Parts: sequence; structure tokens; C-alpha cells
Amino acid sequence: MNADQRVVEKIKAAFPDAIEETNDFRGEQTLYINKKYVKGICQLLKSDPDLSYKFLSDICADDFLPEFPRFAVNYHLYSYDKNHRLRLRTWVEDPEEGPETISSVWAIASWLEMEVWDLMGIRFKGNTNLRRLFLPEDWQGHPLRKDYPLGYEEVQFSFNWQEVDAKKPYAKE
Amino acid sequence: MTIPSGGDTIQELTVEELRAKVGTGMEIENAEEHMLLSMGPQHPSTHGVLRLLVELDGETVVNLAPDIGFLHTGVEKSMESKTFTKALVMTDRMDYLSPMSNNLGYILAVEKLLGVEATPRAQVIRVILAELARISSHLVWLGTHALDLAAMSVFLYCFREREYILDLFEMVAGQRMMVSYFRPGGLWRDLPEEFEPAVRQFLDFFPAKIADYEALLKNNPIFLDRTKGIGVVTAEQAMDWGLTGPSLRGSGVNWDIRKAQPYGGYETYDFDVPVETDGDVYARYRCRIAEMWQSMRIIQQAMDRLPKGPVNIDDRKIVPPPRSELGHSMEAVIHHFKLWTEGFSAPVGYVYQSIESPRGEFACYLRGDGGPKPARVHFRTPSYVHVASLPFMAKGLFVADLVSIIGSVDIVLGEIDR
Repeated sequence: MNADQRVVEKIKAAFPDAIEETNDFRGEQTLYINKKYVKGICQLLKSDPDLSYKFLSDICADDFLPEFPRFAVNYHLYSYDKNHRLRLRTWVEDPEEGPETISSVWAIASWLEMEVWDLMGIRFKGNTNLRRLFLPEDWQGHPLRKDYPLGYEEVQFSFNWQEVDAKKPYAKE
Repeated sequence: MTIPSGGDTIQELTVEELRAKVGTGMEIENAEEHMLLSMGPQHPSTHGVLRLLVELDGETVVNLAPDIGFLHTGVEKSMESKTFTKALVMTDRMDYLSPMSNNLGYILAVEKLLGVEATPRAQVIRVILAELARISSHLVWLGTHALDLAAMSVFLYCFREREYILDLFEMVAGQRMMVSYFRPGGLWRDLPEEFEPAVRQFLDFFPAKIADYEALLKNNPIFLDRTKGIGVVTAEQAMDWGLTGPSLRGSGVNWDIRKAQPYGGYETYDFDVPVETDGDVYARYRCRIAEMWQSMRIIQQAMDRLPKGPVNIDDRKIVPPPRSELGHSMEAVIHHFKLWTEGFSAPVGYVYQSIESPRGEFACYLRGDGGPKPARVHFRTPSYVHVASLPFMAKGLFVADLVSIIGSVDIVLGEIDR
């Protein structure tokens, strides 16, 4: 039994209805899991001696606007013992009700979740540490969302100089 | 608690007000007795614009919170609006001490998404340049780390040798730092003739230089006092906090992505992975020094085997045709025009490609939606993860030790904030 199958079977034994779909693309295994089992599965994957995914490489979020569910959160795990990588992916319908935090499983998770919150605006349940990390405290919106404009400098011409100038956000005399 | 608020006025603040003001979410243990010190963002030993909020009891660090984001430029967002090829230039600007490694991580992710593999010659050239980047990055680390610990001369020697490597980069890419030399499907162009003798010359003179650096440090009692037994990280802690690269191997975990999950032909080179078990600042120093020797071995082998042949794959839908073809081939003109205006389309899907950058695991998550632009790019950068572990490493130590710990995890702020 290879590592891909072993993971699926272990999870199925513990959480029968957790895995919604499995996907294999370019030799990378992805398990689509139900949001409410994220923490339980992470605990299992880390503590089970046959799996021992002791390294949480990354947490990152995806925005699929205009589809529904719109957001997805990816967890990239690695097992030193089995030399195997695994991606857990969970769909998030409402960004205010994201998956449960896994900071109790891996210490680094809280820090990685903070980046997801700051740039994509997904709130991890139970993570009290979420705050603006890269952006200023008073920043509006979450820039990595697809409906967030890239931003540009509006060009001023002689006929609309005053009009554009009035909208520019710098301190005027 | 009183903190100066500019000028001569002293402002009285409650703990809640203070917490809101510092904005790092740090738990302040004893606001009445302890001093709150803002170290950075403009501070030479924070290696960039990193601000550390430190709660001090006398000279002992009680609590510590990193405050980042001063260099945030929205790299991931900007890349979504560029084609795969044009987005490459953004990756140079993240980890500005090893742009070749960033290029490699991103390009391998793009190639994985497309399902193509570079030609044998391009792969070997990539390995040579990535290892040169590792040496040059370690030289900056060594120089600044020693400078932080009051060994001034090492810095000057390290930068002299780094200059030679940057000249090599300029020779191949036309740029010293922002190289953008690796392209999807191959390289920008082939190596110039002068490259091979120049690298061989480097391989000849550099071993003596590493020996010099070590001679300056390994018997230096100040350096040893300030590195041995400082900032100890156990193997369990290192794994829990996601440390990678030399910071992980200094704690006795033998994990190098070049060995564990080889990419770009690393499995065909003969090299060792240096591992130290002490887990302190000195162990991480030893790992990086030993890595420079191993990189030399890899470059030597790669130079000896450098195969002849094309540097780009033969797929005109990905790699633009050579300039010389544009004059007489209509098809080449079409391909040239299509690739530089629209770009190539990547399939629907997502990949995650990790490489061993000089600092640790550099990974690129890339999602294609069938169009010519990445739908989502995300970089897992080692420095971003390492800065989160500073608080637990530095707790209970002196401020001076904090400086030594920051140097030992080798952070680059451009990569943290991206």
C-alpha cells in the first residue's frame, strides 16, 4: 500500500464522511475534506505513527470568485519519516466562518493563519491572535481577494487636474 | 507605565491603551515594572526593516513580538495580473540575496503545471547558478552575522568574494542581482564563453577563503561565547515551528529537499548534508559553513559534466523563437507576437513546488485556470516562518543574545513581507 492510499484509509477509518473528494494532479495528492473535520484530521495525521505528518509547510487560501463555495484553504503537510507530501483542501462558504484553528497541533499554524486572515480575510475559528500583519491596522479590505482592485494612479490632465487632485489621498496645504 | 511620546512630554497610558498602540498583539507580562523597547524597524542587526517589540526585565528578554510588513509590496497580487513569464521578475525582488533560488522555485512550479521538463544542459546550468547563489547568500549571512557579533573584518572579506559571484551573475544575465535568468522551458540564453573559466577560477581560490573565514571566527573567544549554547532549539521544537534549511539541520534533523525530494537533477550529484545536533547558534553557523563546501562540490561536478545542446525546450508554444528566425519565418513571427502579448496558457490545476533555498524550504503554490496568467500564486518563504520562532528562542536571554539569534536564523525581510 503506498503512502497516498494509506492516508485515505486511515482518515476514512477515523472520520468516515470527512473526505469529499480526492485529486491527483502532477503527482501531488489532494484530499478535499469537510471543514468541520480539519482539526481532527490534522491531529490524526500528526500523531498517528504510521503517518506522522510532523511538518506543516504552509497554509494558503484560494479565491474562486464567482463560484460557490468561493474560498478554499490549503494545508500543505509533509512527513519526514515517510517522505511524503499531502495537501488538504477545504471549501469555505463564508469567510467569517473559516475552519477551526490548528495552532494547537502545530505551533507555527497560528502565524500562517494570520497571513491568510490579513490578505484573504478568512477568519479561523478559535484563533484569537488574528490581526493585521502586513498591512496597516486601519486598512480596509483583503487584497488577495479577486474583487479587490489592483489599484493605480489616476492620470491628471489639464482639463481635470482639480477634479482628480481632490480625490488623491495626500495631505494638502 | 510611562513611555516617551516624542519631544519631552511623557504620556501616561493604561496597559490596554499600550497594547492597542504597539499593535503586535503581544501579551505584556508586567507593564508596571518592565521596559518596553521597540527594536527596529531601522536597526542594523535586524537585517532589514524588521521591528521587534521587546519586553525587558533589566537586560533579560521577557517577551518578544515581531512586527513585519514594512516592505510589503503585494507581490502575490501583482503576479496575478501578469503572464507567467512576466511575473517572473517579481520573484527576484523577494529574497534579494538569492534571486536565482527564487527564480528556480517559481520556474519549476510553472514547468510542473505545464508538464514540461527543461533540457539537460539547462538543468545543469540551473544547478550551478543556484549553488553559486547559495554561496553568495551564505557569504552575506556570514558577514553580517559576524558583524553583529563585533567581528568587523569578516564582513569585508565576505563581500569581496560575494562580489566575484555577482560578477558571474552579471556575465550570464546582464544583471548583478535582479537576474530573471531562468525562464519557463529553459533559460534566457546560453552561457557566455567566459563563464566556464571564471567559475573554475572561483573554485580554485574559494576554498582557501572559507578556511580564512573560519580561522577568523572559530578561535575567537567573543564569537564563541556569544554563539555556543545560545538560542537552543530542540528537534521537536524545530519541527513544530516549521524551521527548515540550516536552522532545522542545526537541531539534528537531517532533512534537505535536494536529497529527500530531488528536483532539477539534484539526485545525480554526490554531496553530503551537514547536520549538527546542538541546536544552538553555533550549530547553525557550522551547518552553513559546511554547506558552502558542499555547494563547491556540486558546482565542481556540474562543471565537469556540463552537456552540450540547446538550453530551451523545443516547444514554440512556451519558449519564444530565437531572434534570428524572425527575419525569414512567418510562423516564428506569429509565435513571437503571441508569446509576448498574450503568453502561453497553463492547464487548470494547482501545484506546489518546494526547493531548498539558502534559507530553507522555499515553495511556490501555483494555480492555473486555463488562462495565460496565474490565478493564484503563493510563496511559502522560509524567512516568514523563521521570524515567528524568534520569541520562543529568545525568551529568557539577554538583548545581546537576541541579536545573535536573529543573525543565526538568517532572515531576509524582502522575502518575509513580499
